[in-house]
Amino acid sequence: MAVIFPKSSDIILKVLGAVVALGAVGATAAYTYYTWPTVIDTGYQPAQPIPYSHKLHAGQMGIDCYYCHSTVYRANFAAVPSQTTCMKCHMQVKKDSPRLALLRQAADTGEPIQWVQIHRLPDYVYFSHQAHLSAGVSCVSCHGRIDQMIEVRQEKPLNMAWCLECHRNPEANIRPAELVTKLDWVPDRDPAEIGREIIAQKHIEPPTNCSGCHR
Amino acid sequence: MSSRTSLISIQSANPTGKKYWRSLNDLADTAGFREFVHREFPAHASEMLDGKSRRTVLKLMAASFGLAGLTACRRPVEHIVPVINASDAENYAPGEPFFYSTVHSMGGHVTGLLVETHDGRPTKVEGNPDHPHSLGAATAFEQASVLEMYDPDRSRRVLQGGKETRWADFDGAVSKLGFGDGAGLRFLSETVTSPSLNDLRTQALKKFPKAKWVEYDPISRDAELAGTALAFGQQLYVHPHFDQASVIVALDFDFLGLDSPSPFMTKLFSKGRRVESEEDLDKMNRLYAIESQFSITGATADHRLRMKGSDVRQFAMDLAAALGAMPGLNVVGNGGADKRAKFLAALAKDLKSAGAKALVTAGPRQPAAVQAIVALINQSLGSACVTYTKPVIDKSNSGVDALKALTGEMSSGQVSTLFILGGNPAYTAPADLQFVVALSKVQNSIHLGLEEDETAAAAKWHLPEAHYLESWGDQATSEGLGAIQQPMIEPLYSGRTASEIVAVAIGNKETKAHDIVKNYWTAQDTFNKPGNKQDAWKKALHDGVIAGMKTAETLKVTVDAKKLATALAAEPKAPTGGIEVGFYPSSSAWDGRFANNGWLQELPDSMTKLTWGNAAMISPATAKAQNLLDGDIVTLSRGAVKMEAAVMLQPGHADDAISIALGYGRQKCGSVGRGVGFNANLIRTSDAFWFAPGFAIASTGKKHLHATTQEHGVIDSLHASAERQNDRPLAREGTAAEYKKNPKMIEEMAEVPELHSIYPELKYDKGYQWGMAIDLSSCTGCNACVIACVAENNTPVVGKDQVIRGREMHWIRIDRYYTGDENDPQTIEQPIPCMQCENAPCENVCPVQATSHSPEGLNDMAYNRCVGTRYCANNCPFKVRHFNFLNFHKRGDEPVNLTVGTRLAEPEITGLVYNPDVTVRMRGVMEKCTYCVQRIEEVRIHAKVDGRRQIKDGEIKTACQQTCPADAITFGNINDPNSRVTKLKKQERNYAMLAELDIKPRTTFLAKLRNPHPELGA
Amino acid sequence: MSAVIQDPALIEVNPPLVAGDPSYHDLTEKVSQIVEGDVLKTPTKYWITLSITSIITVLLGAMLTFLVWNGIGVWGNNRPIGWAWDITNFVFWIGIGHAGTLISAILFLFRQKWRTSINRSAEAMTLFAVMCAGIFPLFHTGRPWRAYWLFPIPNTDLNLWQNFRSPLIWDVFAVSTYFTVSALFWFTGLVPDLATLRDRATSRIKQVLFGFFSLGWRGSARHWNNYEKAYLILAAISTPLVLSVHSIVSFDFATSVIPGWHTTIFPPYFVAGAIFSGFACVMTLLLIARWTLNLQELITIKHLENMNKIILVTGSIVGYAYACEFFIAWYSGDIYERFTFLNRAFGPYWWAAWSMYTCNVFIPQLYWFRSMRRNLWVMFIISITTNIGMWFERFVIIATSLTRDFLPSAWGFFHPTWVDMCTFFGTIGLFLTLFLIFARFLPMIAISEVKGVLAVQKQQFKGQREIVTK
Repeated sequence: MAVIFPKSSDIILKVLGAVVALGAVGATAAYTYYTWPTVIDTGYQPAQPIPYSHKLHAGQMGIDCYYCHSTVYRANFAAVPSQTTCMKCHMQVKKDSPRLALLRQAADTGEPIQWVQIHRLPDYVYFSHQAHLSAGVSCVSCHGRIDQMIEVRQEKPLNMAWCLECHRNPEANIRPAELVTKLDWVPDRDPAEIGREIIAQKHIEPPTNCSGCHR
Repeated sequence: MSSRTSLISIQSANPTGKKYWRSLNDLADTAGFREFVHREFPAHASEMLDGKSRRTVLKLMAASFGLAGLTACRRPVEHIVPVINASDAENYAPGEPFFYSTVHSMGGHVTGLLVETHDGRPTKVEGNPDHPHSLGAATAFEQASVLEMYDPDRSRRVLQGGKETRWADFDGAVSKLGFGDGAGLRFLSETVTSPSLNDLRTQALKKFPKAKWVEYDPISRDAELAGTALAFGQQLYVHPHFDQASVIVALDFDFLGLDSPSPFMTKLFSKGRRVESEEDLDKMNRLYAIESQFSITGATADHRLRMKGSDVRQFAMDLAAALGAMPGLNVVGNGGADKRAKFLAALAKDLKSAGAKALVTAGPRQPAAVQAIVALINQSLGSACVTYTKPVIDKSNSGVDALKALTGEMSSGQVSTLFILGGNPAYTAPADLQFVVALSKVQNSIHLGLEEDETAAAAKWHLPEAHYLESWGDQATSEGLGAIQQPMIEPLYSGRTASEIVAVAIGNKETKAHDIVKNYWTAQDTFNKPGNKQDAWKKALHDGVIAGMKTAETLKVTVDAKKLATALAAEPKAPTGGIEVGFYPSSSAWDGRFANNGWLQELPDSMTKLTWGNAAMISPATAKAQNLLDGDIVTLSRGAVKMEAAVMLQPGHADDAISIALGYGRQKCGSVGRGVGFNANLIRTSDAFWFAPGFAIASTGKKHLHATTQEHGVIDSLHASAERQNDRPLAREGTAAEYKKNPKMIEEMAEVPELHSIYPELKYDKGYQWGMAIDLSSCTGCNACVIACVAENNTPVVGKDQVIRGREMHWIRIDRYYTGDENDPQTIEQPIPCMQCENAPCENVCPVQATSHSPEGLNDMAYNRCVGTRYCANNCPFKVRHFNFLNFHKRGDEPVNLTVGTRLAEPEITGLVYNPDVTVRMRGVMEKCTYCVQRIEEVRIHAKVDGRRQIKDGEIKTACQQTCPADAITFGNINDPNSRVTKLKKQERNYAMLAELDIKPRTTFLAKLRNPHPELGA
Repeated sequence: MSAVIQDPALIEVNPPLVAGDPSYHDLTEKVSQIVEGDVLKTPTKYWITLSITSIITVLLGAMLTFLVWNGIGVWGNNRPIGWAWDITNFVFWIGIGHAGTLISAILFLFRQKWRTSINRSAEAMTLFAVMCAGIFPLFHTGRPWRAYWLFPIPNTDLNLWQNFRSPLIWDVFAVSTYFTVSALFWFTGLVPDLATLRDRATSRIKQVLFGFFSLGWRGSARHWNNYEKAYLILAAISTPLVLSVHSIVSFDFATSVIPGWHTTIFPPYFVAGAIFSGFACVMTLLLIARWTLNLQELITIKHLENMNKIILVTGSIVGYAYACEFFIAWYSGDIYERFTFLNRAFGPYWWAAWSMYTCNVFIPQLYWFRSMRRNLWVMFIISITTNIGMWFERFVIIATSLTRDFLPSAWGFFHPTWVDMCTFFGTIGLFLTLFLIFARFLPMIAISEVKGVLAVQKQQFKGQREIVTK
């Protein structure tokens, strides 16, 4: 009787199998890669209502982070400066620069400026700025070299795995507490060594259990 | 103030002040996600699109799940908004809680409070340790009042003849009314405890000499005043000092529960119950309770005698006779050698021996006669445990008789203008007064109230009242100690206070509550001491009490026994016979004012465990005699009055008597409380205000299903009956004497073999190791901890139908077990939070490690990891894990019908009451007590930031511990030999429930010790 | 069996496995015609049954949608009864799924020739039952869209793994493995028959389809050699599975602390129960097939009687287990354990417990009588009651143990909702639908294997046909 499948179809079948197998592997790989926060979150750099340059203010002028983000060392959340803070200088400086029109308007109306948020954690994560700063974790560790960014960009993935890396072995990110806002700080010796000393002396033990961050 | 209000406007965008990575409303903005939601995830489509990130928090996981679907999508924009005003920024930090002192008044009882606010939202009410009537504790009512403030069903409109109008119109209308000499002007208010309001009252009565001001509360302290008037010839407040007494008698007085809306009585009483050393065993006080309904005071008592409310009078007489307090009086009430006789004899002996340390008290339901006899007994015993003071605020025209007189005037048309300042008399007034009819005869009836309730509907004008948490005021305790009531937030629904209305009525210049209060107090000499008035005012606000003010001095008064005897003899004989119905405050609705409060409606009554309704409580024996079964609906009728109510069997209730809670069956009420329970006011009359004999019971043949949290589903009496309830060594108790003889007795109640785990034993010997000890001797089962937990941990209200299905969500529940004879049992109350087992059965069965152990011995629960297999809950021997069977936090206004039952929907605005430090759980996840881990972490962080290393003992308090009026709950570091909890756990009466399972619970119990009179036995 | 039997008397006690001694061709014809018959000419009663079962399957879909939409609350589950009909049905279906592999693998290894004409449908049944079972662990989770967390998938975001101490994780592995192996086993067995159908196929489509799935089978000696090897290996692999799967399912309960669950006897007890219910279910299906497709010659009374013997044995083992539980409860002296078993028999769920004892222990005892074992009506009814009984067994163990555990304050009661009922009903619909499709479009009887048996039989009964046929 007539042959339904020629001999070649064996090969085809095998190839087909191989393709399916590879496809599955590829799909998993792709999924893993594209759900990686490093891929989907880092580099987020939205345009702000006022083209405020951290590079200029924090970098060149060297205004301390605390000056504007005044609550970070005593509260869990970082406050955003109100227009009054800005106006302290901009009453005199760049009084009538068109780029500050929105700021002046805000100052007059008292309506807050709608800054675009960049660094965000899930709602069920309880991150405390004061805890990290007092332990000696610098702004750089999570926000990168803000003082070199004209417009702020998310540098780190801020996902759980990433958090845990540091919580498991923090030494590399621990520095003397008074230096946390010195983003350009260059340690004279191995930072990990410095970190270890501080950890020993402050008994820093970052939590790695659920309730450390989820409540 | 300004700072907080300005914050409201900011925070309304996002109540938590916290910003989130990919919160749901953002997601909703991406078409891709919306499409995805509808494709993959229809269940949440609707919820995802609504606001309040804190509430929808757990759906974030759905959101990150969304990522899988749209990996390519860029992140949508979310805004951060700065605090506008720099001066706020100084002291304000987003997300950091602030505490403000204030004061709450109910039925003549005043409690000082501390209120926690988050970003301008009051979220939790605590007791104020500096206030003598709080001493740091707060009752369930006070704590739940924060939910009442957010209640969307609260009145928010000025109504004239049912039509909406504006405040301006009202002010205009009032200014037009000329009151002349006030002949037709009447004020009807709840018990006035506010000095500034009282000041306005005197002004008003001065300006309009013929006007009258009547005070009426359906549950008040009038009996106390009438009693002292009878005994001493003048109205006095009675102050029992439970902490100094060694023998205490409570005649129909539930001072640990509903008869003391301020927690301090429990605080004082528990001082005499606490056993922490050998000596304490001998120092323990002894409590005798004589009552009709089984109250938690009766449950705590060492001896309880049940009798009808009306029989208490005779018992008091007999006690006076037995003590020889009243010459020429003989014991007549005893029927031979019955329990009563033995009880009375032992009691008399005990009181005599106690002498100055004896204390006899009578409850607010007992008539003046009993109050007077009690005063006489205390006098003859030379008791040093009771003092009397004159009311600082005149009470001469208050109570049900005053109301009767007023309604008389109203119906005879003598009243042209009636101001009803708070309260809901149309609902609470005795049935025979026909208040609504009388009210219709008044030309200008003006009602100020929190709700558009029965009275609002009957009055010509209705005005929205400002809630005490959102308005300025002041309250003075019965001793006259004042405290300022400061607002946490600006009135949500543009309400006004009673004082503001009176000020307008009498045409004062200052009509703002703040000015009224501040001017009143700064005029007082307390504030005129050298130094700045402002500072004194600030201090008063800060402390929550007005330090150093002159309060009413205690009077040296005596009862003339002869006079009293003749007065009593002259009293008409009260009718008896038939079934006697007694009226009680509801542990959920009080007098009806809390009917629309979901937290309270779902709070199981301490004794009956009944939620969402009341019932006609009846003893099993009487039920048998009347051949009634639990849940039968009966008609109770007496002359003209009748009502329908469902019967509930209450072991230990007095025979031939029915107790029924007030405050239910509200018709004009918010969606939560409308039509819940049976309205007992229909059969409450002014002549028999507290208990009425001669009722007939007739079964209607209809059935009612009680929503109880403890017995639900237990249908066969075999294993559920009173005797069988505590045949397991779970809630352990003994008498002080036995315990002294054999301290091992508690441990010996359960056999614990040598145990080995198949998993390597973990060492918990480093750092902090959290543990808890609960003293069953102190615990009264008052429920304060349950509400504290609900408020602290955002646990949802599920509604009656879900409670019936056994899905209530309280993280801490209070188990009630009966022992002994079904008709006269003893009761023990046992709070059950999560035991935080070291070998937790729940942990090793969770497939995804959503629950696992912290190095500090906490049984952590990561809601965002939970997939909801419910395996952990099945394997929990204590059943303290609670599953979100439905989306209990879903918004809506009416109950949601699922065709397989209904679920109570949570109104939008009540989302503001959430504690932002605790995740709000979505449906499908398990939740449980975590020893308030958010509080632990908060203190830990502050300890670190302050550079302190060690957290002090007692620095962390769990919500339940903080509010416990009996200080029964102790939490701390069991790794610290000097911590209080470690010391308590060292006691021999400390035991772990189900230790034989090798689960090593961190929560242990201190067995209940009773202190019975040797002649009566346990 | 290989030895040639001369004594006619022996034939009486040991009748042939294939009645009427058909020729190989008759056999092929008999089985194939069911498959090959013109679809349009299929008896209408088939279509009616199929459409009914399909509608029930749709109902299942509707129920699951409703469930995911609203949450587990639409079921009767509550606190303390976290698991009720959901897990009951899961264990019930897994149990049913046991007979297939048992018949195919274990009986094959024991060279029980009589299995040949029933193993195919038993295996199919296994697959379908396991599919039905699989629905419940997935949908009983509060957030099914998160159920994939139960599988150890690499997750770069959280770096979190499963809790390998949890019996539920063991379940995930046990059940998925069992399904895979059973499927392979079933398919391997099908290959030669598919080839037969391919060769007999008249239309091009059928040729291509059967051709593709018969993997180029030519029936050469080498093919047969490999085939037998593969079959043997698969049998060897799946034999331990039969025991492991239900043992592991039983661990869900045995490893917990709840009285009534925490019992070391569970693994053997569950396996026996599973085989018991599995055989009963095969019996039900076979009897129906035997009538509707008149396969009396291939599925003889002897097959059925042998199965009944197994049902009798396993039923009695289960009965023994029940007795043991009670004895241990008393012997342990543990008040909670004692109460649980008293409560089981005399508490509010007494009716569930007693219907389980009756159906599983008492009724099967009828099989001590040969007449009963060979009476088609009796065995049909018992096969049904057995499965009712086994469903109750799971319900009694799972739900009623939960209703009243340690703290009386936390006692509860379970009321199923209509969603519970329709969901279970729906899975029955799904099961039947799949089976009907299988029965119509694939050879229900392993032609090749039966031929093997026939061959032996032919030489045995050479010259003795008259005895056989009389």
